[in-house]
Order: sequence, then C-alpha cells, then structure tokens
Amino acid sequence: MWRDAVLVCGKDLRIELRTRVLLWQVVPFGVLTLVLFALALGPSTTELQRGAPGLLWLALLFASVLATTRSASIETPDGTRSSIRLLGLDAGGVFLGKAAALAAQLLVIAAVLELGLLVFFHVNAARLGIATPLELCAIAALAAVGTLYGAVVAGTDVAGTLLPLLVLPALAPVLIAGEKGTAAVLAGGGPGRWAIVLLVMAVAYLAVGTLLYGSLEEPT
Amino acid sequence: MDRALGPTSVALVAVTVWLGLWVTPPDETQGNFVRLLYLHPALAWVALYLAFGLAALSSALYLWPRTRSQRWDLLAASTVEVGVVFLTLTLATGMLWGRPVWGVWWTWDARLTSTALLELLFIGYLAMRRVPADPHVRARRCAVLALLAGLDVPIVHYSVQWWNGLHQDQSVLVGGFHFKIHGSMLWTLLLSFVAMTVVFAWMVRRRYELAVRESAVADAALHEAVLERRAEGVR
Repeated sequence: MWRDAVLVCGKDLRIELRTRVLLWQVVPFGVLTLVLFALALGPSTTELQRGAPGLLWLALLFASVLATTRSASIETPDGTRSSIRLLGLDAGGVFLGKAAALAAQLLVIAAVLELGLLVFFHVNAARLGIATPLELCAIAALAAVGTLYGAVVAGTDVAGTLLPLLVLPALAPVLIAGEKGTAAVLAGGGPGRWAIVLLVMAVAYLAVGTLLYGSLEEPT
Repeated sequence: MDRALGPTSVALVAVTVWLGLWVTPPDETQGNFVRLLYLHPALAWVALYLAFGLAALSSALYLWPRTRSQRWDLLAASTVEVGVVFLTLTLATGMLWGRPVWGVWWTWDARLTSTALLELLFIGYLAMRRVPADPHVRARRCAVLALLAGLDVPIVHYSVQWWNGLHQDQSVLVGGFHFKIHGSMLWTLLLSFVAMTVVFAWMVRRRYELAVRESAVADAALHEAVLERRAEGVR
C-alpha cells in the first residue's frame, strides 16, 4: 500500500510540475482572495489583524477546492481509471498517494498565503511561525477530505459546481479550528486543543478514506 | 400493517397535539413556549438518530459486497430525503423556541452550527442523487457520502458537552433512566417521540415504494431504448 502511495504521489506531483496549474492558477487565486478580503475590511491595521486568522483559513479553503478539483480531474480522462485498475494498485495506497500530493500542494499555497498575511495584514511573523504544527494538521485534514470528496464527484458533468457544495460543509470544522488556533497563537498563546481537533479529524478522514476509496473506484 | 401506518400516525399526532396544547400545564419560566417541547426534541430524534442512522446503516450494507442490493440504496435515499425534512423542521422549531427564550432567532452555538452543517451535508447528498449517472456508480458514491455525512451525527450529539453553548444539555433522561420532568408533561413528551417515529416510518415507507417504482420505470425506459437501437441495427 505504501509503495503504491509513493508511486501515485510522485505521479500527481510530476504532472503538477509539468503543467504548473498550481503556480499559475491556484496560488494567484488564493492571493487574490486575500487581497479582496483586505479591500472589504478597509485600511485599518487593527481590523486587518483581527480578521487575519479567519481570512487566512477561508482563502486556503477556497484555494483547496480548486486544488482538489484539479487533483480529481487528473484521473477523469477516458481510460485513466481503468489504467490505474489494470496496474493492480491498492485503492488505499492510491488514496493516500493522492492525499499526500494534494497536501504538498496545499503546503505551497499556505506558505504563499502566510506571506500575503505578513505583507497585507501586518501580522507578527514569529507568532505565525508558532502556528506551523496546527497548520500541518489542518492541511492533512484538508487533503484527506478533499481527496475523498474529489473522488466522489470525479467524472460527473457537474463536478465544478457540486464539489464546493459537498466539500465545504465537511471542511467547516477545519475553518473553525484553524481560525481559533491561529487567533490564539497570534494573541500570544498556543494552539492548544484546536491542533488536537485537527489532528483527530485528519486521522479519522485518512482512515475512512483508505477504507472507502476502493468502493468509489470499483468498475461498473 | 402498511395501511395502518397512515391512520395511526395521524391519530398519534392528534393525541399529542391535544395533550400538548390543552392538557399539559405551561412552564413556570417559559410559559406556553414550553409546548414546543412536545415537537422539537421528537423531530430532532427522528432526523438525527433514526433517519441518518438508518441511512448510514443501509449505505454500509450497500457498500458491503455480501449484502449489496439496490434496495439498500433506495432505502438510504428515502430515509435521507425524509430526514432532511425532519431536520429542517427541527431547525425551524428550534429557531421559534430560541427567539423568546434566548432573544435571537439564531446563534452560533455548537449544537446549532453542527446541525446546520449536517443539513447542508445531506442536501449535498440529495444533489448528488440527481446527477445523471449509472445507477450503480451513483449508489456507490451516495453511500460513501451518507457515511461521511454520518460522521457529523456524533459531533452534533456531543456538541453540548464538548462546547458549552446556549443549547441546553440532556434534559429528559439524566444518568440512565432518571427523568427530569414528570406527570402529564413526561407522558406527552414520550408520546411525541412515538408519534414522530410512526410518522417517519410511514413517510419512508411511501417514499421507498415510490423510489422502487421510479427505478422500475427507468429500467423499462433503458430496456426500450436498447431494443430500439437493436431494431435500427437490423434495418
């Protein structure tokens, strides 16, 4: 299973490196979201700093929907799923590999968004660094949930509109825990129980995804 | 049995309404608003535990290769559809109760928020069911969705204990079978649970029958289309 996961993760990342969809579409979309939020809040530094944790996670959530759509669409073209089945790859390994590749992409997006937070929202860089473990747990949860729901809508004509409807309510706990944890860190405390909530969520979805992914990939 | 479900549910609801509105006394602090007690918790019990529990169970039975059958998929779809109606009514009656008691229609309390998210998750499930696809592919996808959405049910249940919000904790059964309310209020409350359960069973039964007929019509249409194509080939 783990060998298959590494294989699929490498394949997805190689495709991303060749097509640069993340670099030219998803990351700019995330930054644009941050800028628009800043415009909506106005120039007040206090307001911007107060809204920063929530806006960071909201921007990451929206960008993750785009990244998830992209990750699922890689498997959509005719014959791709059949080819993967013919290779005899373990379904759980395919899920973990795709989730790992998505997590790697989300890490890049999160890093750029945090840079945007430093520039546009004037947050403390050192305090933001302390939130890294919380962010890693959140990204693992985002990737697990996204990969699973991406597989549910993959191949449908309405994937673009259906995925946000399905995945955003499922990701709402990430938004809540991420915002609360980051706000606590920026205020001088630690992420506390919010990091644990995110870790439990990531582990639960990774376990459920490993079990259920095979059902979604079964031949008709 | 099937024919008795409809009249039984109507009779049970009528008796509950009579007891709830005319026989039971008003509350010392909440006055007549307490009468929502005979509706709101029963609706929540049906939606959260009965409907979505049954949907998760039938979805798991569909995904399990040994028990896979289209009837589990149709049963899951029927229970989710009826469950969403009950959950909407739960939220609506909760808002009607919240306005006089808390002073607001809606508050971002953990119980309310997790319940609203659960409703959105199951609305997503219903949207997925309407996407044109091979019936087996759709059934698998929806079964996975129902199981994933079902993960939110324990969160809704324990939310009042994990996060102290405005919504009250367990108020009927405390520490086993020790009831916190008594007399006519207790019996009316218990009857409301029975009444809503029978109404749910009746609605699911009717919806399931309709789903089976819809499925048969779709199969017949597909069969007809295949025969037409074959006939075109012969010509």
